[in-house]
Amino acid sequence: MSGQPGVPDDTPPVEVLAEKALVEPEDIPREVLAEDAAAVLATAASSAEAGTSGLILNATNVTKRFGGLIAVNDVSFTVPEGAIVSLIGPNGAGKTTFFNIIAGIYDPTSGRIAVRDRTMVARPIRAWLEPVLWVAPAVVVGLISAIVVAAANSETIGFLGAAVTLAALVAMLLSAIARPDWYQRLLLRLGIFRSARPNDMVKAGIGRTFQNIRLFQNMTAEENVLVGMHIKLKATLIDAMFSTPRNQREEAAARARAEELLNLVGLRGVGGELAKNLPYGDQRRLEVARALASDPSLLLLDEPAAGMNPRETSDMMALINKLRTELGLTILLIEHDMKVVMGISDRVTVLDHGERIAEGTPDEVRRDPRVIEAYLGAPAS
Amino acid sequence: MTALRGRLAGNPTIDQVRSFASAHRSLAIVAAMVVAGLILPILAQVPPFSGFQSLDVWIGGFSNAGVFVLLALGLNIVVGLAGLLDLGYAAFFAIGAYAYAYGSSPFSGQHFPFILMLMVGALVAATFGVLLGAPTLRLRGDYLAIVTLGFGEIVPIVFLNSDKYTQGTNGIGGLYKPEIPGVEFTLLNPWPFYVLMLVIVTIVMVLIYRVQESRIGRAWMAIREDELAAASNGLNTVTTKLLAFALGASTAGFAGVFNAAKLTLVSPDQFGSTVSFAILAMVVLGGMGNIWGVALGAFVIYTIQIVILKQLNAFFGDNHIPILQDINFVQYQFLLYGLALVLMMLFRPEGLFPSQRRKRELRAHDAAATESEAVAAMDQA
Amino acid sequence: MTSVARSASPASAPSLIRRFRLIGFSLIGIAVYFLILRLMLGNTGTATQQVANALTLGAIYALVALGYTMVYGIIELINFAHGDVFMVGSFVALWTVTSDPWFQAIGLHQTGTVTALPLLALYLLVMFAVSMTVVGLLNVTIERLAYRPLRHAPRVAPLITAIGVSLILQNVIQIIVGTGDRPSPKIIPQDAFPFLGAEIRFVNVFIVVTALILMYILTLFVGRTRLGRAMRATAQDQQAAQLMGVDLNQTIAITFLIGGALAGAAGVFQSQYFGFVRFDLGFNAGLKAFTAAVLGGIGNLTGAVLGGFLIAFVEVFAAANGQQRWSQAIVFVVLITVLVFRPAGLLGQQIGERA
Repeated sequence: MSGQPGVPDDTPPVEVLAEKALVEPEDIPREVLAEDAAAVLATAASSAEAGTSGLILNATNVTKRFGGLIAVNDVSFTVPEGAIVSLIGPNGAGKTTFFNIIAGIYDPTSGRIAVRDRTMVARPIRAWLEPVLWVAPAVVVGLISAIVVAAANSETIGFLGAAVTLAALVAMLLSAIARPDWYQRLLLRLGIFRSARPNDMVKAGIGRTFQNIRLFQNMTAEENVLVGMHIKLKATLIDAMFSTPRNQREEAAARARAEELLNLVGLRGVGGELAKNLPYGDQRRLEVARALASDPSLLLLDEPAAGMNPRETSDMMALINKLRTELGLTILLIEHDMKVVMGISDRVTVLDHGERIAEGTPDEVRRDPRVIEAYLGAPAS
Repeated sequence: MTALRGRLAGNPTIDQVRSFASAHRSLAIVAAMVVAGLILPILAQVPPFSGFQSLDVWIGGFSNAGVFVLLALGLNIVVGLAGLLDLGYAAFFAIGAYAYAYGSSPFSGQHFPFILMLMVGALVAATFGVLLGAPTLRLRGDYLAIVTLGFGEIVPIVFLNSDKYTQGTNGIGGLYKPEIPGVEFTLLNPWPFYVLMLVIVTIVMVLIYRVQESRIGRAWMAIREDELAAASNGLNTVTTKLLAFALGASTAGFAGVFNAAKLTLVSPDQFGSTVSFAILAMVVLGGMGNIWGVALGAFVIYTIQIVILKQLNAFFGDNHIPILQDINFVQYQFLLYGLALVLMMLFRPEGLFPSQRRKRELRAHDAAATESEAVAAMDQA
Repeated sequence: MTSVARSASPASAPSLIRRFRLIGFSLIGIAVYFLILRLMLGNTGTATQQVANALTLGAIYALVALGYTMVYGIIELINFAHGDVFMVGSFVALWTVTSDPWFQAIGLHQTGTVTALPLLALYLLVMFAVSMTVVGLLNVTIERLAYRPLRHAPRVAPLITAIGVSLILQNVIQIIVGTGDRPSPKIIPQDAFPFLGAEIRFVNVFIVVTALILMYILTLFVGRTRLGRAMRATAQDQQAAQLMGVDLNQTIAITFLIGGALAGAAGVFQSQYFGFVRFDLGFNAGLKAFTAAVLGGIGNLTGAVLGGFLIAFVEVFAAANGQQRWSQAIVFVVLITVLVFRPAGLLGQQIGERA
């Protein structure tokens, strides 16, 4: 439902979700899906060739359907390292949906997205097998211990057996949640693929901001940035509980870095303010600072200049440029403000009705007749 | 307080002071608990309290209240800090208690030391917390509520029905009392238990406070504010929630072991859903998210339940106050709980002793309500 | 909002075909269940009896589950008090029969069954009418007083309020009638007719048929009427529905009214089938019914019915195998297993969002 936390803003229109009953089968041919699956599995593991193409992001034939409605239709798209790329299109063209797919919030219906040549987002493959994997070791251990117990015929051994089985189950469940490397390799070996979740994408170096600002409203600016830094902080639960020197050092360093980031985006001295009390422009900057805190290499900005006056807009443009030149970030942004788009982009991609209708340099795109038609309507003939 | 901290960030001397102050904060908790521990027995000997019951009974009652304070602190981690609705919390209480029964009773033939069993009970409870949480924490929050409710129902059922292992309705009795060198724990002397309870509660409070102030506490807060944004900034929401769940469960495990050792008996009827709801009421009424609020709330409510209601009966009865003298307040206690919950949520959702932050979060809905009414008003115009 | 191209997929299957599919699968399911029981119990008669029991129990759970799922669908609230309004309904049914002065005036203050068919029909009609109305109105009142003020509060607040209301209802009834079972006269004759080796009581048939009729009326209402459409729209997108002119308060009130009425009907069934009512049967039945709703996919009406019958089948299966006391645990395990593989429930809609 719209407006509720946890639901992306780009929920499909009311009239489409008519039946909350059985979902209609999707009529994408099975062969396409199968071929897709093979390609995904082949490229999903991180490998030596990763990063060789120079493309930080590579989306191939991405399609997303919600029931009978196609939000993104066979969109292919690349982002070279170090570039500033803009994604534009009329309202409802599927841009934010596409962003959400990149960020790991939606699974695409077909197609895949590779980050530095490693497929991270695609339709799930054999996802049902994963829960089976969780219980399998416990079942095996349980059977073995049952045999041992029957042979030994002792109650203590029985309890031990139960304890070991339980431990096996817990271990698998925890691995499933933490997803260490060996677990991910095991999944791929079994032909199981699950898209990276949003926090995995952050670990892969992708940060994002939101179209409707999603700051942690009742936390201070500093705390917002500190949360953004979460994956960089290593202090454990024990460190926290016993207030170890490591914990204290790390916290102090984190706060220092948070201050730096706030200064970087132009929010000097604002750290103690509650996010919801900040003026609109500052809130947008804070979101950028928070996204920067995780040390990303690709930054997804969803309408960073929305609702800003010309002065604020040019400040934002300067900030985006600074991010590229000073921090070496690659930027992918959705924007409606053409001044921003034309002003800072290296490349522009245009979506309309879920399809890519043009791609090129800002000048090329500006003159493309299909783009003009999409924005202004067909010329009267 | 937080605002002040934010503004002072970055200055090395202030950071030193701040880490000292955090250590101080723990000292403050210890000091407060010592003071409380000394004052309570004194208060109990002052009229009118001295007239209600003897000092020994009061001290025993304080120890029992302490069990509920522990439980409330633990549930506060899950509900108050992480925002997960756990309706079957008493299950973990039961698991800790029965763990002690298996570790230290004639029935099981084992006699492990009490301190060790505290850890074991907490660990076993935490294990079950993980087992329950791992598959279910990725479900929608409301589903989690029903799953925890179900779990809270079946754990006592399992203990009830497994006659061979748990002696069913009779429970397991004759549990060994704690053994601490130099201190003798008997059924007749409430003081050792009282002091032990104070120590345990103080330690738990300090640990929880520190975790709350650490990056884990921030992570919980972020997830409460906006789970999607939290995940998009790198937080593994499932692990973070699971941690809250496990910590909450282990606290209940502590409480279970202590309670079992004190009563020297465990039986399934000690752990019904009424207990879960009572603890939830304590957390809600005391002030979700606020350690002191919750502790105070639990203490006050428990004392009211055990002592005051009885006294009200006696008072109105002895003085023949019309109508009121016919009401059996003790029997009505759950009715009062229910009324208290409803009224609290309607008029003071942040609880009796709220944290400032929670107050802001929970009052924010007033703004949203006005907006919705405006929409409705527009429609009528 | 997004306005994008429509896919070229064929028009959705006509609802008639879907309905036949539903009926077909249900019949197959029942048949399979019967065969399994027959195999395990070795006796056709007992198996048939158990199937009849399961269907009857399922009808009751389904009606209560519908109330849960409707309310959740529209305001995303788990109404913990719903099981307890069902309990109130069963008490109302009891009181209608035993103490209604109008009944007594006819000289048949009931301790026994009524054999004259027209009189029986009249009594039943009155019981249903009174129970459904009272419980429906009770539900609406609860919503107005306890839930509406919290409509925009964080999710946890109305949940806690609902628990509070549940406690209040239980304890008020407990104070009025005490803690034991209260026997309820079964006014439907306990005659049975032979079928597949068992004696199927008319009561069972009556309950199942009536429940199905009520469910059918519900689907008609939700699918065809203006108010039903308003309910569905509000369930999809509250704000948009409001902007289209839907009166939010009225729609929600009607949802609670209908949910309550169905629970009231289930309460009549409880008193007539089991012959006793108790202040705390709402909690247990409510838990099972809510599990049923979640199992089927919360917010989904068909799912609630499916879940209700499934839960009943599991419970009767456990009882038939002598594991009555484990039935609650088994139901819970079934729930967890389903949710692990299908987080949105059996018929729930997976939007494919993962956060």
